[in-house]
Amino acid sequence: MADDLKTPLLDELEKGPWPSFVTDIKTLADKSEMAKDLLRQLEKSYEDKRGYWKHGGLVGVMGYGGGVIGRYSALPDEFPGVSHFHTVRVNQTSGWFYTSDTLREIIDIWDEHGSGLYNMHGSTGDMVLLGTRTEELEPTFRALTEKGWDLGGSGSDLRTPSNCVGPARCENACFDTLEMAYKITHRYQDELHRPMFNYKYKIKMSGCPNDCTAAIARSDMAIIGIWKDDIKVDQAEFAKYVDEGFNVQEFVVEKCPTSCITVEGKEINIDNSNCVKCMHCINRLPHALHVGDEKGFAINLGAKAPIVEGALFASVIIPFMTIDDYKDDDAYEEFHDLLERIWEFWDEHGTSRERIGEFIERVSLATFLEGIGVDPSPKQVKAPRDNPYIFYEEYYAEEGEG
Amino acid sequence: MATEAKRVTDIGPPHYEKFLHPLIKENYGKWQFHDSLGPGLLSHTGPAGTIYSVRMSSPRLVSSNFLRMVCDLAEKYSDGYFRFTSRNNVEFLLQNKDNIDPLVKEINEHGQLVGGTDNSISNVVHTQGWVHCHSSATDASGLVKVVMDELAEYFTEQKLPHKLRVAVACCLNMCGAVHASDIAILGLHRTPPRIDNDALPNQCEIPTTVASCPNNAIRPTSIEGKTTVKVDEDKCMYCGNCFTVCPAMPLADPLNDGVSIWVGGKISNARTEPMFTKLAIPYLPNNPPRWPEVTDAVKNIVELYAANARPFERVGEWIDRIGWERFFDMSGIEFTKYHLDDFRHAGTTYRRSLHNRY
Repeated sequence: MADDLKTPLLDELEKGPWPSFVTDIKTLADKSEMAKDLLRQLEKSYEDKRGYWKHGGLVGVMGYGGGVIGRYSALPDEFPGVSHFHTVRVNQTSGWFYTSDTLREIIDIWDEHGSGLYNMHGSTGDMVLLGTRTEELEPTFRALTEKGWDLGGSGSDLRTPSNCVGPARCENACFDTLEMAYKITHRYQDELHRPMFNYKYKIKMSGCPNDCTAAIARSDMAIIGIWKDDIKVDQAEFAKYVDEGFNVQEFVVEKCPTSCITVEGKEINIDNSNCVKCMHCINRLPHALHVGDEKGFAINLGAKAPIVEGALFASVIIPFMTIDDYKDDDAYEEFHDLLERIWEFWDEHGTSRERIGEFIERVSLATFLEGIGVDPSPKQVKAPRDNPYIFYEEYYAEEGEG
Repeated sequence: MATEAKRVTDIGPPHYEKFLHPLIKENYGKWQFHDSLGPGLLSHTGPAGTIYSVRMSSPRLVSSNFLRMVCDLAEKYSDGYFRFTSRNNVEFLLQNKDNIDPLVKEINEHGQLVGGTDNSISNVVHTQGWVHCHSSATDASGLVKVVMDELAEYFTEQKLPHKLRVAVACCLNMCGAVHASDIAILGLHRTPPRIDNDALPNQCEIPTTVASCPNNAIRPTSIEGKTTVKVDEDKCMYCGNCFTVCPAMPLADPLNDGVSIWVGGKISNARTEPMFTKLAIPYLPNNPPRWPEVTDAVKNIVELYAANARPFERVGEWIDRIGWERFFDMSGIEFTKYHLDDFRHAGTTYRRSLHNRY
């Protein structure tokens, strides 16, 4: 470790069983002035109980409006190693799958051009390469693209779509989250790299209602797998759970939110007409129960964190859609048409820094649905309105009037 | 003669197939079932065979050396294949079951933990904090470290009633999804922005700054002939949205910045609908490097949940069953006026029934 690095407060974070980011960053301190000064500045933050980063700044790579977050130390004379400490967002792979040889290529690039520090991964999904100087941005970009990698989004643009492990390692996947994320990301490169929206637009894909990417809480467009037909039951496998002493009555039957499961002896029966596809019974009995055959996804819109008008979950716009062949570009036509109508209507009527969820609340769901050409459905609401302030658009006129 | 390659743009990410283990490719879309083999260990089976996943902790903020260690382990035990989870864990994907034990042993020798599956606390999603952010009210990586030092046994063992998701965000922008976690640790500012009237006219667009305030607390004003803004401090709720558009309105306040604790959110649709987190503790001081008030508070809630919730009941489901009044009684957390919502749709949180527990 570098002899001249004194960080008594941060050293306290090297104790305890959980892996320490301080210990890890210190392994770079001998060869990286950036890593060393990052620790020094962080030590000062721990002393003074405040951050020491400036507000950002417009930096990037040629021709792109996003993908790089400018960051400068507020104390560059004291910590010259982090006077520039820009972030480079790099598209993750679908489902965050890597091989060691490809990740080593990225590590080599970032050791040469940046701090050697990362977030694996950022909240949106990108690989976050944390900390470099302005003059290293273009060389970093060139090195990344030579190895087949590209930048993610930032600012008022499409962010890199992200997706759960899906059909690559999960029996519950109701659609091909990996391929769909790949297809969307490639089709909308311009929207991803050149901010032109009112505000950010995040798309996340989860293969089933367990929603492992938190799409319903974290994405403007949540694409979540669902099926329409019956849960598939393997009674022989179910009987094994009973034989092994698993308390199916308490842990499955009584947990069903719509009370649609009964068990007689070693046989399970499901009233599928009343099943809301919550996943609990399937999660508990993975050998016996499986999602149905008529699979697709729901599209919910509008999730976001509190800023500005309060946090929102994404609400149902399209209760069910499916794509015949996820590998076939042409099969996405209905989806792409919908996405582009949504962007167009939001672009035309939304205001600056208004997320799609806030936009829908402001103009009303009815106006929004009409604007994008989607029919209203009881599946889009918890209940119909409970106030009588209806904006009627049709009424009778007396004969001869007007 | 070598020439520099042509500059390319808009190539997008590489296709994922080249990163998939051959067995995963064969079973793609055909998986039949999975089993939990213990903390951090999963097996997934399809017609072509079984793949074993070993889940390893990660601080998320990692160095090249950490990633090289991951690559080394993957090459030794999983044919070079691995992935990251949506909660920043590393998952090694093994075809050979016999490699599990030596891999786990070597992971532990590197000071890393294996766990985070089923009824455990998975890795903590979090934000940048003082490490990299201009608007943070606290550090994120440090909070995660000290909280998980206290809760590590709940990562490496599966002894909770159900899964428990912890998230940390260092300000109200919430770059992590803390608004829907079982337990959320949220940094917050508690005083209005301090306006740099010299810098503001050059750095900020006045109409955008005025429009940024959700409570209409910002008004244009003129000081010594220069147009700037003033803040109606009674209306300010310290959200920082003005600072996002106007760098001359910083909120950092070492004396007052701190941490709040929220409980009962969930994402999944299992049993109950997704839920927002609700306020448990409005303010705890920033007390680095180990934030003892925060770790005590979180541990108290986790242990209360562990001792009292029924099997397969998330924190929010447990509190819904016992009632918020009992949650505050049992936890010893004081209920204050700050717990009463006063923002948009506040009325939806008022109790409009006589369904009280005495």
